[in-house]
Amino acid sequence: MLEVKNLKVRYGNLTIVDDVSFSINEGQWLMIVGPNGAGKSTIIRAVSQGAPYTGEVFLYDKKIEEYKPYERARIIGVLAQSNYVNYPFTVREVIRLGRYAYAPGIFSRQSEEDERYISEAIEMTGLGSLLNKSVLTLSGGELQRVFLAQLFAQNPRILLLDEPTNHLDLLYQKQVFALIQDWLKTPGRAVVSVVHDLSLARAYGRQALLLDKGKIKALGDIDEVLNPKNLDMVYSMDVYAWMRSKLEQWR
Amino acid sequence: MIKKQEGFRIYEYILFAGITFLVFILCVSVGSVSVPLKDIFTIIWNSVWGIPIPETIASPSIILSVRLPRVICAALTGASLSLCGGAMQGLLRNPLADGSTLGVSSGAALGAAIAIAFGITMPSLPFAGTMVMAIVFAFVSLIVILTLAYKMDFSLSTNTIILIGVIYSMFVSSILALIITFAPDKVKHITFWTMGSLSGSNFDNALVLLFALVIFGGGIVLHARELNAFAIGEENALHIGVNVKRVKLLIMIFVSGLIGVCVSIGGSIGFIGLVTPHIVRMITGPNHKRLLPASLFGGATFLMLADLVARVLLNPLELPIGVVTSFVGAILFVYIFYTSRRKTHA
Repeated sequence: MLEVKNLKVRYGNLTIVDDVSFSINEGQWLMIVGPNGAGKSTIIRAVSQGAPYTGEVFLYDKKIEEYKPYERARIIGVLAQSNYVNYPFTVREVIRLGRYAYAPGIFSRQSEEDERYISEAIEMTGLGSLLNKSVLTLSGGELQRVFLAQLFAQNPRILLLDEPTNHLDLLYQKQVFALIQDWLKTPGRAVVSVVHDLSLARAYGRQALLLDKGKIKALGDIDEVLNPKNLDMVYSMDVYAWMRSKLEQWR
Repeated sequence: MIKKQEGFRIYEYILFAGITFLVFILCVSVGSVSVPLKDIFTIIWNSVWGIPIPETIASPSIILSVRLPRVICAALTGASLSLCGGAMQGLLRNPLADGSTLGVSSGAALGAAIAIAFGITMPSLPFAGTMVMAIVFAFVSLIVILTLAYKMDFSLSTNTIILIGVIYSMFVSSILALIITFAPDKVKHITFWTMGSLSGSNFDNALVLLFALVIFGGGIVLHARELNAFAIGEENALHIGVNVKRVKLLIMIFVSGLIGVCVSIGGSIGFIGLVTPHIVRMITGPNHKRLLPASLFGGATFLMLADLVARVLLNPLELPIGVVTSFVGAILFVYIFYTSRRKTHA
């Protein structure tokens, strides 16, 4: 579905992402992991056309630049790390914008189908009681669920998630990941997500890309990628021992 | 599920239009010479249909050739500037953005003054040279300010934009003052360009304003959905499929066009584009499908009243209209700045 070839992102003379290539197929959930500053989020930003890059990105064997913005949005949806809203839009208004890609023209109107996807998204995320509330009054977790609902209403085939639960409580973390896991059950869909919590990555991911200083250290099945040798090298510490010692506290 | 209509409802249109019309009538009848309401209707009605105006009515020419065009120009200018303010506040997701706070109006004033001082005209349309120069300068100003702001602070925070806008305004005003010093006989006095005035408006001005409002303002209103997306966040707009670059460019062209026309006719009238959308937003909410139409009516009402105050407060002396709008606007600006900062620091 999505193929990234020799992706390179530079800011000034700083290379953030260096020659990264990967691809993803239906039903897969690829976790992009690595230490802070490895360039994880930048990959998402480049693929979603939010940052300048060199290299090529293909969507269904067609270059991503050849899609119009609304055509692209019907295939790729993005959930940013955090969304900060300045104006008191209602929850419903934010979710409804997710349907923009299906009626991009100046005179287009909301269709029955739009309504159906919006209702579905509201139901999936359990936001029914908050619809007319201003997004300024929501907690961080609720706001992130609103943008997840917008994403579901957008109904793309590939989700790009940039640390979607970074600032959220454990409960919301679990909720968001469970929702995405459910979403992925429908055939023809795939997920790429940046996660810095290795345990979360392991719990939900099937494939992984381990990134270090902008370069790929390992790519493949998650159990293979997150082996002690790779992790110790990238994180400069005994990751397995650390994880086990943390787990011990809960026994 | 009940389908909730997002846009402005019919009865809301009627309500807003009704209030605007009442204020319009009030502003036409009150002034240095007050004319009773009944006479106003007779004068307008009779002259529209070409019926001679009865001798009993005292001063039809004041109404027809002075006050009526002036009030119409005030309404159209107010509507245009408020629409621009609303659009920019959405586009930059910055509640303090406006032609005057960003320095776009000052830029337009400079363009107009240069055109007049150096006699830049368009063949066959003598006044169009001034207007085109004002539009071009407004657009260039917008580009310069936003580029500088992006370079300094990628997130385009409120403070950066406002700071750069203020500095830019001062810089441009100094050049404007210089030009006026060298060509005092041609270019109108500096207070016209910095404070604005609608005292010399005629029906031709009104027609040009109406035309600009329909073309550029129409363009803005038709992009209400995209502005909603921008107001929530430019990144989010990109993700849901908005053609971010194109929409941004279009809105900037529309805004520059409208501000350029308004400034070349009425000078730079400050703060109205800031104040109106802000107050209207309290009533309609931030959704641009409602905010923009309501701002049109609100802006028209506000500027007609401001012009009325400018005319009658120190009668027979006349205040520049910007004195009234900036007085109200500056106080509100501080209030918005204060509350929005408190919110972000909470």
